[in-house]
Amino acid sequence: MTQPIVNTSPPVSDEVRRTTCYMCACRCGINVHMKSGRVAYIEGNRDHPVNKGVLCAKGSAGIMQVNAPSRLRAPLRRVGPRGSGQFQEITWDEALDIATRWLGRIRHDDPKKLAFFTGRDQSQSFTSFWAQNFGTPNYAAHGGFCSVNMAAAGIYMMGGAFWEFGQPDWDRTRLMLLFGVAEDHDSNPIKMGIGRMKAKGGRLIAVNPIRTGYNAVADDWLGITPGTDGLLILALIHCLFQAGRIDLDYLARYTNAPVLVDAATGLLRRDADGKPLVRDRHCGALTAFDSPGILPDLAASDGADRTVFHMMAARYLDPAHTPEAVADRCGIPAPRIRALAAELAHAAFDQAFEMDQPWTDFRGERHATMTGRPVSMHAMRGISAHSNGFQTCRALHVLQIILGTVEVPGGFRFKPPYPKPSEAHPVPHCHAHPDQPLDGPHLGFVHGPEHLALDPDGKPARIDKAFTWENPLSAHGLMHMVIANAHAGDPYRVDTLFLYMANMAWNSSMNTAGTIRMLTDTDENGEYLIPRIIYSDAYSSEMVAYADLVLPDTTYLERHDCISLLDRPICEADAAADAIRWPVIEPDRDVRGFQTVLIQLANRLKLPGFTGDDGAPRYRDYADYIVNHERKPGIGPLAGFRGDGGMTGRGPANPDQLDRYIANGGFFSAHIPEGCDYYKPWNMGYQDWAVGMGLYDKPLPYLFQLYLEPLRKFQRAAQGHGDRQPPDHLRDRLRQTMDPLPIWYPPDNGDPAAFPLHALTQRPMAMYHSWGSQNAWLRQIHGRNPLYVSSEIWAQHGFQDGDWAHLTSAHGTITVPVALHGGLNPHTVWTWNAIGKRKGAWALSENAPEATKGFLLNHLIHELLPPKGDGLRWSNSDPITGQAAWFDLRVRIEKAPPQDVTDPAFAPIASPIGRGPLNLRWRVGK
Amino acid sequence: MTALPERTQRKLGLVIDLDTCVGCHACVIACKGWNTENYGAPLADMDAYGENPVGTFLNRIHSYEATPPAGGACQTVHMPKSCLHCEDAPCVTVCPTGASYKRTEDGIVLVNEDACIGCGLCAWACPYGARDMDPAAGVMKKCTLCVDRIYNENLPEPDRVPACVRTCPAGARHFGDLGDPDSAVSRLVAERGGYDLMPELGTKPVNKYLPPRRKDRLSGSDTVPALTPVAEDAGGFFGWLDKMLEKI
Repeated sequence: MTQPIVNTSPPVSDEVRRTTCYMCACRCGINVHMKSGRVAYIEGNRDHPVNKGVLCAKGSAGIMQVNAPSRLRAPLRRVGPRGSGQFQEITWDEALDIATRWLGRIRHDDPKKLAFFTGRDQSQSFTSFWAQNFGTPNYAAHGGFCSVNMAAAGIYMMGGAFWEFGQPDWDRTRLMLLFGVAEDHDSNPIKMGIGRMKAKGGRLIAVNPIRTGYNAVADDWLGITPGTDGLLILALIHCLFQAGRIDLDYLARYTNAPVLVDAATGLLRRDADGKPLVRDRHCGALTAFDSPGILPDLAASDGADRTVFHMMAARYLDPAHTPEAVADRCGIPAPRIRALAAELAHAAFDQAFEMDQPWTDFRGERHATMTGRPVSMHAMRGISAHSNGFQTCRALHVLQIILGTVEVPGGFRFKPPYPKPSEAHPVPHCHAHPDQPLDGPHLGFVHGPEHLALDPDGKPARIDKAFTWENPLSAHGLMHMVIANAHAGDPYRVDTLFLYMANMAWNSSMNTAGTIRMLTDTDENGEYLIPRIIYSDAYSSEMVAYADLVLPDTTYLERHDCISLLDRPICEADAAADAIRWPVIEPDRDVRGFQTVLIQLANRLKLPGFTGDDGAPRYRDYADYIVNHERKPGIGPLAGFRGDGGMTGRGPANPDQLDRYIANGGFFSAHIPEGCDYYKPWNMGYQDWAVGMGLYDKPLPYLFQLYLEPLRKFQRAAQGHGDRQPPDHLRDRLRQTMDPLPIWYPPDNGDPAAFPLHALTQRPMAMYHSWGSQNAWLRQIHGRNPLYVSSEIWAQHGFQDGDWAHLTSAHGTITVPVALHGGLNPHTVWTWNAIGKRKGAWALSENAPEATKGFLLNHLIHELLPPKGDGLRWSNSDPITGQAAWFDLRVRIEKAPPQDVTDPAFAPIASPIGRGPLNLRWRVGK
Repeated sequence: MTALPERTQRKLGLVIDLDTCVGCHACVIACKGWNTENYGAPLADMDAYGENPVGTFLNRIHSYEATPPAGGACQTVHMPKSCLHCEDAPCVTVCPTGASYKRTEDGIVLVNEDACIGCGLCAWACPYGARDMDPAAGVMKKCTLCVDRIYNENLPEPDRVPACVRTCPAGARHFGDLGDPDSAVSRLVAERGGYDLMPELGTKPVNKYLPPRRKDRLSGSDTVPALTPVAEDAGGFFGWLDKMLEKI
């Protein structure tokens, strides 16, 4: 029989348009294959610095995102009660008129009455600029309920953090330690890196209560008890100190370990210029840390004053930190902790190597080689979303630093615009005046009580109480407290809540049912306690039903965006890079990119940064802003192709800039010169390159802050020093938690006897960080989310396949299906987050499994801790940064009778866009 | 009944590394996207936004949990599975119309949809469950090894690999000629102890799997030397500090 003839060279597409993915904050380059003007296939861009051709499930499923029936179709004005889903379609002119009327009145009377918070916003340098020009102090993005502990700890201590701010030196690292990561938004690079590292024989060790994903391929898995990572890390530090397996030379040169601490105050000793003092080992003199040619002495003293290193040794050599002392609490046997410490030391010191690469440090010393220490670490929400998360994240950085593995070959490396010390970031600004812009950027890094965002009478200036005594270092704000505080009128009421891509009426809030109630509660006159809500989203999410005005956003293939060095760029450790999105297809609906809508609102409101001296608008739309906005002279949102097209970093605006990006594949990349790409915080070659690029205006070499002096300043305030004083009820907590050297304390999460288990969530890789779990292809992979329980819990309760359980926390009970998961900490249960949907949302059928069998753990987590009897509202957050403490949750479990639907079940909401089609046979070509 | 070729000129197939597959489903969706747009009928999704969405997929990931016989923590293995392009493919010999066939030039097992009557015998005969009857088109769908990519002159040369291989972020999927002992994939199989899925069935699958490395070895001192204190009796903090500083 003859074989059929197969056409093995069919045409693939008419055209390939290269832009940037938007399914998570990874922001890979994508090739969008077009047929007859429609999207036929999406694949990774091989030339792109982030993903180098690969693409995850979400990225490839972008077609189902662009054609999703859940896309909003036109601006909507609410006509039924909030939450009913009853809307009337209106024109954009009407929508902008309404918004302008509401916002204009607020701006004229009291700008702080606007609370503008964005969720999965990838344009924060723009949205914050808008909010600053509007004049409200109430702006932040979603970092506060995501992973601010990790970000803030990294920047305060090392001048940089993980994710888009840093990465392992994948080609040289031999041992990688991963903490609390299910998936992360460096997702494809992590997968690529793990694959490459393992191919070379490197080892991956994962610390996580749950063994899925990366933890499943890890060579070793430590199934730690949630909330005890800090204990484990301090025990590792103890072992390394005890064995003397620490990089003394690195500590002396590049950290504040040799800086002298004033014994009386606990503050760093400084010279007349405010520079920290060290003792030079060559001449014995006390001198500024950056004096040319010195070698700081770790063992120095001056009277009663000791070095930071001396204090660290005293603390971490204490027997309280031995593996044996922490093993039971961590759920990890002491010999495994000791073995892990030995592995770390072995990789860092026995497998160290020298790279033949000369460089010059900031003290003017020329080094012939670069020392490589092939140990890298990465961590995410698992360690940070606890009320002890900030100190735990700091402990992790101490571990990296004592091994000498940060910014060295084989270790962890920063990506431009990092490294950048916390002092080079803004401090928070909060002073609002009618018809005036805010006095500066909203978010920033507090260095002492003087930077808190307090009114003259000492009350919180911000609706989320960020930068107050309750959570002084809340660098990303506290989005999870906005609605609750606005509802309670604590610290004050707002007029309009303006949200973008933040599903606060569902999976992005703690206490979802309570939040829904707060959004719909009325006063004695029948007026909503939160009087007006404006919401922008591309899709019919649960939050849409609670808005009074809906501004429909485009999908990611229908818009302009910039992934900017001013914000969260796509750099690599050896290159600065940024990127754009551009409309590879035109919307087939009456929708507009949210950023363009903000510009149109700014033009109607005549906001200062958006209005020229002649009173005319500066920017037509977001594309115009991307090209022509200058944050400082010559520095705009995009670093590439400036001026005549040949200028990088600094240069005048170039009207052809977007075309140049499109021709270049949607991105721009500038390599860091050889010899400048390691030791960056101290490497004068890098420092000079960064100034040339416009990353900063003068070289900024600095020391890693093992001892974090700003924390000590808050402790001193709590002890009565200084003019700005905390309220008495917070003094003890400030003294205890604001320790300048990392500590561990147990999370404040209820009675272990009543609630013996820990409950966690994670996002599946195929849906991580995405706004598309209704995606027709992806929901076939993850359409259900049972509660996974450990073998021990399964056996103890006699669970069988198909069983249901009541899960109860101090806040409430849910009733859900259970499933066995063997690779799990014995005292832990977990589920996939945000699979559960509300009936009527996302254009799904009301009997979709997401709506009947899916559920949220959010119902068990309150935004406040249980009342302490003092009449105060204690937020469920890290007391240092305000990070939402999602993973402090404690529960108990009981077997339940079989159910048809999960409890709580919510009434359906009317869908403003109808239902999706029954069947799909997706093909755009002929 | 349909005959298999006595031998094929090449044995194109996949080598899948179970040590690095993180179960992310990138391959599943890249496959879906390419193949709904290309070879044969589109891949249907029935009840796509409803109670029981069921779609045609040519590649799926299964996750298995296992506790090592010698004890230790439970492990999870992510196992992507698609047609293994067997040398003795029972799905071909069972086909009553000749629609299911194995190509002589490269060994790819394909379904000629024009001749497929949708009887489903091939899916019944395949011991790996690697075939999906498309519920809308009524024809049998299966992995084509992206026969419309791997020779496609409209694609740049590096892209002439199956969509699942091109997209795999972890680099866990490899494509090549397993009939050539010197090919990169054959060498990988030899180095890593690649194995056949259910060899006892005699289907002689072309695709190979690379086993996970031994896990959870961090139990004591079998890999690296244990740490020893700076001094047994360092005489308290200052003694320790002196000993330490001698090292600088």
